Amino acid sequence: MRYPFPVGKSDFIQGDEAIARAAILAGCRFYAGYPITPASEIFEAMALYMPLVDGVSIQMEDELASIAAIIGASWAGAKAMTATSGPGFSLMMENLGYAIMTETPIVVVDVQRSGPSTGQPTLAAQGDVMQAIWGTHGDHSLIVLTPATVQEAFDMTIRAFNLAEKYRTPVILLTDAEVGHMREKVDIPNPEDIELVYRKLPANEEEAKYPFGDIHGDLIPPMPIFGKGYRTYVTGLTHDEKGRPKTVDAEIHRKLIERIVNKIEKNKKDIIDYETFELDDAEVAIISYGIVARSAVRAVKILRSEGIKAGLLKLNVVWPFDFDMIERIAEQVHAIYVPEMNLGQLYHLVKEGANGKARVDLIPKIGGEVHTPQEIVREVKKCECGV
Amino acid sequence: MRFKLSYEIRDKYLRKDMLPTIFCPGCGIGSVLQYTLRAIDELGWSKDEVVWVSGIGCSSRVPGFVDFDGLHTTHGRALAFATGIKMANPDLKVIAFMGDGDTAAIGGNHFIHAIRRNLDVTVILINNFTYGMTGGQVAPTTLKGLRGTTAPYGSFENPFDIAELAVAAGANYVARWTVFNYVQGINSIKKALQKKGFSLVEFLSPCPISFGRRNRMKTAPELIKWYNKITVPISKAKNMSPEELKDKIVIGEFVDRDRPSLNEEYEEYKKRAKKMMGWEE
Ligand SMILES: Cc1ncc(C[n+]2csc(CCOP(=O)(O)OP(=O)(O)O)c2C)c(N)n1
Ligand code: SF4
Repeated sequence: MRYPFPVGKSDFIQGDEAIARAAILAGCRFYAGYPITPASEIFEAMALYMPLVDGVSIQMEDELASIAAIIGASWAGAKAMTATSGPGFSLMMENLGYAIMTETPIVVVDVQRSGPSTGQPTLAAQGDVMQAIWGTHGDHSLIVLTPATVQEAFDMTIRAFNLAEKYRTPVILLTDAEVGHMREKVDIPNPEDIELVYRKLPANEEEAKYPFGDIHGDLIPPMPIFGKGYRTYVTGLTHDEKGRPKTVDAEIHRKLIERIVNKIEKNKKDIIDYETFELDDAEVAIISYGIVARSAVRAVKILRSEGIKAGLLKLNVVWPFDFDMIERIAEQVHAIYVPEMNLGQLYHLVKEGANGKARVDLIPKIGGEVHTPQEIVREVKKCECGV
Repeated sequence: MRFKLSYEIRDKYLRKDMLPTIFCPGCGIGSVLQYTLRAIDELGWSKDEVVWVSGIGCSSRVPGFVDFDGLHTTHGRALAFATGIKMANPDLKVIAFMGDGDTAAIGGNHFIHAIRRNLDVTVILINNFTYGMTGGQVAPTTLKGLRGTTAPYGSFENPFDIAELAVAAGANYVARWTVFNYVQGINSIKKALQKKGFSLVEFLSPCPISFGRRNRMKTAPELIKWYNKITVPISKAKNMSPEELKDKIVIGEFVDRDRPSLNEEYEEYKKRAKKMMGWEE
């Protein structure tokens, strides 16, 4: 197959562009979107590439329609993606819940900008962490990935599709204006070297009768896509294993929602991804994700050079969340710092994970700029002086 | 037209394990469903090639009762979901079953844009002048002066004429009937289904429970009598003055044309893209 961009070599491209190229290499053949800074370049790249690879790129009337269209496309058998930023992401929340409830594999990219409301359209922020995890109503789970570099934006986009297909769930690629607009060198592998995952289809008529049943015991039902003769009914109402609405039966609701949550929760080990830096003998830990983690690496180096035993945990996945790992770190260090481009979001999860075993301090920054390493160092040292 | 017996249609197309339906006695949705199934039956379409899509409301529960692939989505968004289905797999035939609130209020924007694009979908619209499922609030179709729970003194807003809206937005086929115009209704659905691009068949459909009761029409026959009074066939309407047409609803076939559909346009677009990139001659 012919690709409209170079493969098997490196290129110097923007984060948004990297996401678009990775999506196409991951097999995405349906893109629906609505323009918004700083995510528009993803759409523009998809608009350029999709017709050439016989895929669809369509500009919908708004973000509600965009996510709706990709869910429809997914049930018609396509790997599908949309991308947006804060205000558009807010509009997607109802249908994001629909995708969770109907176990539809989709990828939603949120290139975060500063909010609330239209806020600072061109400046980066990390203010959508809680919205990504808990923005839609009701009990649920999903997967949220957080790239820090353009290469990671590329790699994690492919991973996002693979996880969506594997777990039959929406996956959110939660990046920000900084990563989205920054240009860096990206290694683009040969397509045949990329490992791709495809949704599990029903093996036979019998399996197809239970599009929402745990027939393989792995909590993930095979997905009977439309037009294959299985005649599946899909509803956002609480439904039984066959997909029939059952809206007042507590037991059926509990069983369905627990399975949807557990298929993520019980596979945490497979999904969660993180990196550590100088953490083994650390006495203070920095926990960070996305663009800020890059400043945090430098901050650790500076702190070490000044005799403070600092270490970094960089989260590549912020949901599902490994509360136990945070507790283990909290048992080892006496303080954890969470630098974030917001007034405290991941901080709350870390604090819960630390479980009182260590002090947890937020290092907030808002207004559109990334923490400098010195700012992180200064905050850590302010507290560490008395130690 | 030779009519098959209703039970033949029922046995062939309904999901037995989903019955009974949720519809109230006297509700018109079941009739419109029957017309749609009869149209499909007469066209000889296979159950495996048709997808039914809907939003939220009484009307939107229809895809649950038929033995086809079906996507029961969120309130007002059926056509946005349908866009994804049809564009991702153009071989599928897509029917959207929608309520008037679903279509023209919360879904108004998706509705006009699906028509503008000429999306290849047939909308079967249940216009009962009210929000049935939520218990009789006024809808964007409620005629002035009629009552709903959110306008207990009679609606004070101007209603939408959804069929006219669809014509203006560019639909390829638009017809409106009442549920007792069944022969015309079935014929229109057949035409609509065969049409490429956007087609709409609107039915004025009795909702005695949420709507009729509040407007001194407690039963379906009373509502049907009222439809008789307020509707005028399009041929007759042509010779009527605006004053005479005030408070009347025109029924009949509004438009039948063949503008290129979204899928056809996209096929051309792909070719153009490859040509412009020098990938193809
Ligand atoms: C976002 C959202 N808002 C409101 C509702 C509540 N709701 C359910 S059905 C309905 C109206 C249905 O009326 P209509 O579309 O005319 O269909 P009918 O029930 O009359 O067939 C409303 C407002 C909802 N489900 N979702
Ligand atoms: S409330 Fe009205 S529209 Fe809904 S099922 Fe009853 S009669 Fe039909």
